[in-house]
Amino acid sequence: MSTAVSTARRQGWSFRRPSVIPGFGLTLGFTLTYFSLIILIPLLALAIRSAGLGPEGFWKAATDPRVLGSLRVSFVTALIAAGVNVVFGTLIAWVLVRYRFPGRRIFDAIIDLPFALPTAVAGIALTAIYAPNGTVGWLFAPLGWRIAYTPAGIVIAMIFIGLPFVVRTIQPILEEVSHEIEEASATLGANRFQTITKVILPSLTPAILTGFALAFARGVGEYGSIIFIAGNIPFVSEIAPLLIYIRLQEFNYVGATVIATVMLLLSFALLFAINLIQAWSRRRYGYGN
Amino acid sequence: MATKLTARRHRRISPTSESRPVQWLLIGISLIFMGVILVLPLYAVFHEAFSKGIDIFLAALSEKDAQAAIRLTLLVAAIAVPLNVIFGLAASWAIAKFEFKGKAFLITLIDLPFSVSPVISGLVYVLLFGAGSFLGPWLKSYGIEVLFALPGIVLATIFVTFPFVARELIPLMQDQGTGDEEAALSLGANGWQTFFRVTLPNIKWGLLYGVLLCNARAMGEFGAVAVVSGKIRGQTTTMPLQVEMLYNEYNATAAFALASLLALLALVTLVLKSVLEWRFGEEIAAGTHE
Repeated sequence: MSTAVSTARRQGWSFRRPSVIPGFGLTLGFTLTYFSLIILIPLLALAIRSAGLGPEGFWKAATDPRVLGSLRVSFVTALIAAGVNVVFGTLIAWVLVRYRFPGRRIFDAIIDLPFALPTAVAGIALTAIYAPNGTVGWLFAPLGWRIAYTPAGIVIAMIFIGLPFVVRTIQPILEEVSHEIEEASATLGANRFQTITKVILPSLTPAILTGFALAFARGVGEYGSIIFIAGNIPFVSEIAPLLIYIRLQEFNYVGATVIATVMLLLSFALLFAINLIQAWSRRRYGYGN
Repeated sequence: MATKLTARRHRRISPTSESRPVQWLLIGISLIFMGVILVLPLYAVFHEAFSKGIDIFLAALSEKDAQAAIRLTLLVAAIAVPLNVIFGLAASWAIAKFEFKGKAFLITLIDLPFSVSPVISGLVYVLLFGAGSFLGPWLKSYGIEVLFALPGIVLATIFVTFPFVARELIPLMQDQGTGDEEAALSLGANGWQTFFRVTLPNIKWGLLYGVLLCNARAMGEFGAVAVVSGKIRGQTTTMPLQVEMLYNEYNATAAFALASLLALLALVTLVLKSVLEWRFGEEIAAGTHE
């Protein structure tokens, strides 16, 4: 690093702007070292193991039917859950920002519960509720609908853990939407429904998309809250993170590595998409999140 | 259309809001959804924990393996959280107080662990230290066990809680700028004095906020720790792992008893977090700071 900096200086390009504040070398050095040791080197170990398989070996392991089945279960359920969360998350953000009602602050605080509640605790609690003899499962049992131990249970767990991502992404943007725009819309003859769908919702679109992507990414990677309620039947309700865990228990490190690599590549693509949405939003609306 | 008609009947309703009945309908739907999805699971934890009476509940908590799990969880958090606090302070100092190339990229990298599945966070350490790796056998020859032991659990916990403190402090310190520090330095304070007497008091509530979230996740982490712990009863099972073990042994009451402690931790975290937001909102969030 230091040689790179000094060569750069000589060429008139400076790595950092001069400042009177001390500690740049120490803090940046510690940051990069700690990041490398904890995050970068372990992730590189994964990448190297994957690369060691060669394209053919990787492809063969990645297209194993059970692997594809688990990826399909993870992605389809996460898509459904993120979709549900976008609808209800937007509604909840709207209600919390725009309306005043008793207990609003408490409900606002409870939104963050899935961030604070350990996933295993959420998992066994959701299972107890949605099992055929549980508080909610009992209501559906006479209809022949089973929620726990089916893909529907996976969706429920993903809705639980994804909800705050959608609400917390939309809330600050909604608070910034100015009343003047709505007033202008109303004075120009739009009814309330038109104002909401044609004026407010379009300016929320980047936030809604970001919230969707965050909830989706979290759902795909989630493990703790799902494994108890899912039933874990291969090809039906076995999620990809669980299959990684199973492969590791079998000491099949190659299998685990390949699934992990596929999942990481997909989630990095998603992260990239989120950054694109935010860059587009900053250009289009002057703010991002 | 219906909105318009009702709005006409109630003259006082502003054209930029909905009529009262519509408001109550939307509030009702939201609260029912939150009740079923968020509140019910929380209620279920405590309901199940006390379903067989307080004696069984207390017996489950005082059981030897449960005690060991509680101690291990506290120990892991006591190591992982301070390390991430030091990292968060260093990273936010470097990023917020200086202008350098690649800063935006570094901020993105710090958030990286959030987009990695917890199971993968554990897996990377298994690959690094497990059988067939280079490091594992070498450390083992010196008698150091990483996997299926405390170091592995701590590493996996640090990985998943890595961004919490830093991502809270970076925007806050960026917003505060460098004016206070420059004043202190020009008055003759050295770097450490400036940090401890000027910067730290400025960011203390934001730091506490980050620590709270980091700690909640550290104590509750399941997926990453499950992969590296080996789940040796009484030795490498943290509280969430012990909950899983008891649950899978059909000892649901004991599982929920231990889970209720974690749920209590979550509730305390939420209450403290809300208190911090209400009382020191402008000193936590960037953008509103003077």
